[in-house]
Amino acid sequence: MKLFGKLQNYLNMANNVKDLDQVVVRFSGDSGDGMQLAGNIFSTISATVGNDICTFPDYPADIRAPHGSLTGVSGFQVHIGAEKVFTPGDKCDVLVAMNPAALKTQYKFCKPTSAIIIDTDSFTEGDLKKANFETLDAIAEMGIKNDVIAAPITQMVKDCLADSGMDPKAILKCRNMFALGLVCWLFNRDISIAANMLKEKFAKKPGVAESNIKVIQAGYDYGHNTHSSVSHTYTVETKGEKKKGLYMDINGNKATSYGFIAAAEKAGLKLFLGSYPITPATDVLHELSKHKSLGVTTVQCEDEIAGCASALGASFAGALACTSTSGPGICLKSEAMNLAVIMELPLVVLNVQRGGPATGLPTKSEQTDLLQALFGRNGESPMPVIAAISPTDCFDAAYMACKIALEHMTPVVLMTDAFVANGSAAWKLPNLADYPAINPPYVTEAMKGSWTPYQRNAEGSRYWAVPGTEGFTHILGGLEKDNKTGAISTDPENHDLMTRLRQEKIDKIQVPDVAVEGDADDADLLIVGFGGTYGHLHAAMDEMRADGKKVALAHFKYINPLPKNTAEVLTKYSKVVVAEQNMGQFAGWLRMKIDNFNPYQFNEVKGQPFVVSELVEEFNKIINK
Amino acid sequence: MTFTAKDFKKGQPRWCPGCGDHFFLASLQKAMAEIGVAPHNTAVISGIGCSSRLPHYMATYGMNTIHGRAAAIATGCKVANPDLTVWQVSGDGDGLAIGGNHFIHANRRNINLNMILLNNRIYGLTKGQYSPTSPRGFVSKSSPYGTVEDPFRPAELCFGARGHFFARAVANDAPNTVEILKAAHAHKGAAVCEILQNCVIFNDGTHESVYTAEGRKKNAIYLEHGKPMIFGENNEFGLMQEGFGIKVVKIGENGITEKDLLVHDAHCEDNTLQLKLALMEGPDFPIALGVIRDVDAPTYDEAVSAQIEDVKSKKKYHNFQELLMTNDTWEVK
Repeated sequence: MKLFGKLQNYLNMANNVKDLDQVVVRFSGDSGDGMQLAGNIFSTISATVGNDICTFPDYPADIRAPHGSLTGVSGFQVHIGAEKVFTPGDKCDVLVAMNPAALKTQYKFCKPTSAIIIDTDSFTEGDLKKANFETLDAIAEMGIKNDVIAAPITQMVKDCLADSGMDPKAILKCRNMFALGLVCWLFNRDISIAANMLKEKFAKKPGVAESNIKVIQAGYDYGHNTHSSVSHTYTVETKGEKKKGLYMDINGNKATSYGFIAAAEKAGLKLFLGSYPITPATDVLHELSKHKSLGVTTVQCEDEIAGCASALGASFAGALACTSTSGPGICLKSEAMNLAVIMELPLVVLNVQRGGPATGLPTKSEQTDLLQALFGRNGESPMPVIAAISPTDCFDAAYMACKIALEHMTPVVLMTDAFVANGSAAWKLPNLADYPAINPPYVTEAMKGSWTPYQRNAEGSRYWAVPGTEGFTHILGGLEKDNKTGAISTDPENHDLMTRLRQEKIDKIQVPDVAVEGDADDADLLIVGFGGTYGHLHAAMDEMRADGKKVALAHFKYINPLPKNTAEVLTKYSKVVVAEQNMGQFAGWLRMKIDNFNPYQFNEVKGQPFVVSELVEEFNKIINK
Repeated sequence: MTFTAKDFKKGQPRWCPGCGDHFFLASLQKAMAEIGVAPHNTAVISGIGCSSRLPHYMATYGMNTIHGRAAAIATGCKVANPDLTVWQVSGDGDGLAIGGNHFIHANRRNINLNMILLNNRIYGLTKGQYSPTSPRGFVSKSSPYGTVEDPFRPAELCFGARGHFFARAVANDAPNTVEILKAAHAHKGAAVCEILQNCVIFNDGTHESVYTAEGRKKNAIYLEHGKPMIFGENNEFGLMQEGFGIKVVKIGENGITEKDLLVHDAHCEDNTLQLKLALMEGPDFPIALGVIRDVDAPTYDEAVSAQIEDVKSKKKYHNFQELLMTNDTWEVK
């Protein structure tokens, strides 16, 4: 009872305060402790019972830092809510810390009211030393006043699996499931859902599934028995109208992969991915490589250059061609991207942004590649840019990137970031029939004889003549071409014309208007963002509006071309703040496009998601100016 | 349907008069006609350089791409549509310097490409800098005191990358060029054809010893699978194995007869002797021409297609909606 006092108070208060219809749990431990799996299972269980979820894995760049060290801590945060949740949450209500290093590095994500679960068996003198503790009492040394559930997890797992015949190492790997069981008890989660998940996951190793399930049960029972006097554990009820249908938990990289697959199927084309492994984009290569039964071809190339170049070759041959990478890879792909611009072939270039410059922060998230996407090539090289705004939106963004590439015969940059790529949320399974058709401008039989490679349709796109088609042999290339014959041309007038035609083609692409959410009519402050920060900016707006402020949000997914109503929206409000995870790249792009646009800026480049409370504080300062 | 060289011709080549590219282009068009694949089922993909202008003069599908990337672009093209016959054309700078990585990996993967390497040992389009095949000490605009580096020997690079086909011809030796191009097409997998080619402006005479019919009689040996290795103006010389090496012998001297000579085995999987032949240089040895190595091996593009078919037959989901249902789902009612 005592241990849960503060949490219980906090939870009881939830009935009166709106934002306490949600709870944030953070699992943390050594990178080999299986925290990602425990977190994933917990979020899926929560989603299964109808909660909304938003997750964020926060893992170290090292494959396996020294055991128990501060740099080797892996975290997984899940935000569950009775209604829509937009972010994984700034801070957590429950922190699971499997070792001293986790406690030391993750405590900063706790509120004063957070409950902390630790494995006392991993707080030995040796463990504490590895995490640079000077005393034997980590809790006191850190001045932690929170409720701490100190459970001898390791020993209980050992006892629980003593008769399993498993070797000691394998037994220790089940500690995460004990923690999961304990958290499930705390939140009244039905562990049979976890059991079913594990049975499926380890279908070929029923023994492993059984052991894990046994440990989850033990963790659950431990909570139940030890704290049976606690009459109130916590439940997050499902509220609000949810769209009926089937749902799954999906992260951004998987949603992106699915978007490519869906677009290829809709267009009736073979999907080709040329790629080279790079964090945090590699999971797209992994995901697509699995789906050969859908005819997906993936080539793991010798370098980033070949990833893009092979995709362009595949595009020439008539496939829906994609290449996936992160910022450093874009540097290398840019010459082949540029070739796609001048050859006017469809290509989707995925940039899962991470911290830069150079190798930067491989596992962290930033929006610092925007200007690279827009301008990072020699010559006048316009390219559509689309930035996915959430993990589930990656599907739609990827689908639309493919549609635009194919229908307008152009390379498209699809921007996501480590945050949306690795974060997950509940996703209503789409019906492909509801998605718009994809109709590339193929050459037609009637064009035979008169067709030239740079002949254009009403949208300004050239036609696609796929090798193997009789009567349409032609050459494309990196040299400027005559706008009529397609022959190499250095004529100044022709080059000027072709430059303009390539630009106009991009400018003519129809994209949806940007929506204004919140106090669209009379906001005192318009928040403007793009891409993966949507959830945080939305949450900040909600919080400010709940506080009585008049605030609106215009969040951009289509960056180039910008929506037609952009200028109208951005000039309508007395104060506008552009908030982004870079030094002002989107604000600069908007200034370039809109006369006399001088917004306030909020810029942060920490490699971490925005913190909603900080956003609110900064935005309030602007409102009060 | 049959074709003539004319069916593959387009436009007026802009190379310097006397450039080896003219000869090669004519041989390529002749070889294509004899191969008989329709122009619309043929793609010619080049990088950047004098020789990379070649696709502009072909009535096939083509791409004159960016410097060094031809092999990578051709790889995607072939893998995406294995039904196309894909020719990749590069010079020594395009193929072995800036594009060296793609060259070795296309060979290693064994993509079914016909890879043409037009080797004039110079950068022509940028007006005369040494290339990765220029000999040590070579004086050029960028090496006025001579280079201080050793060149690549293309065969060695190809073999080192586990290449299964390597042939060599002299650009103005049309019959042999046509022959190796046809052999390259017949070979399934990456097929490297090194074309020794003169640059009349910046590296005139680089292959002088074999650039005339008389020169080739004296200084080259035409290798043919299953035939003894005989060369010389009057077929008076031959090649014999000596220890780990090869020696030139005169037939009839010291009791040596044709039976003592090495018989060419292009199909031998072990490339040791083939490499020795490919690396022979004058004046002590003849330069080897013809198909030096031609060994069957699984091709990447076929393996990719086969794997897709295999997985299709085993997996239970074959469209997007079925894919969705392979996930853990829950229903909101």
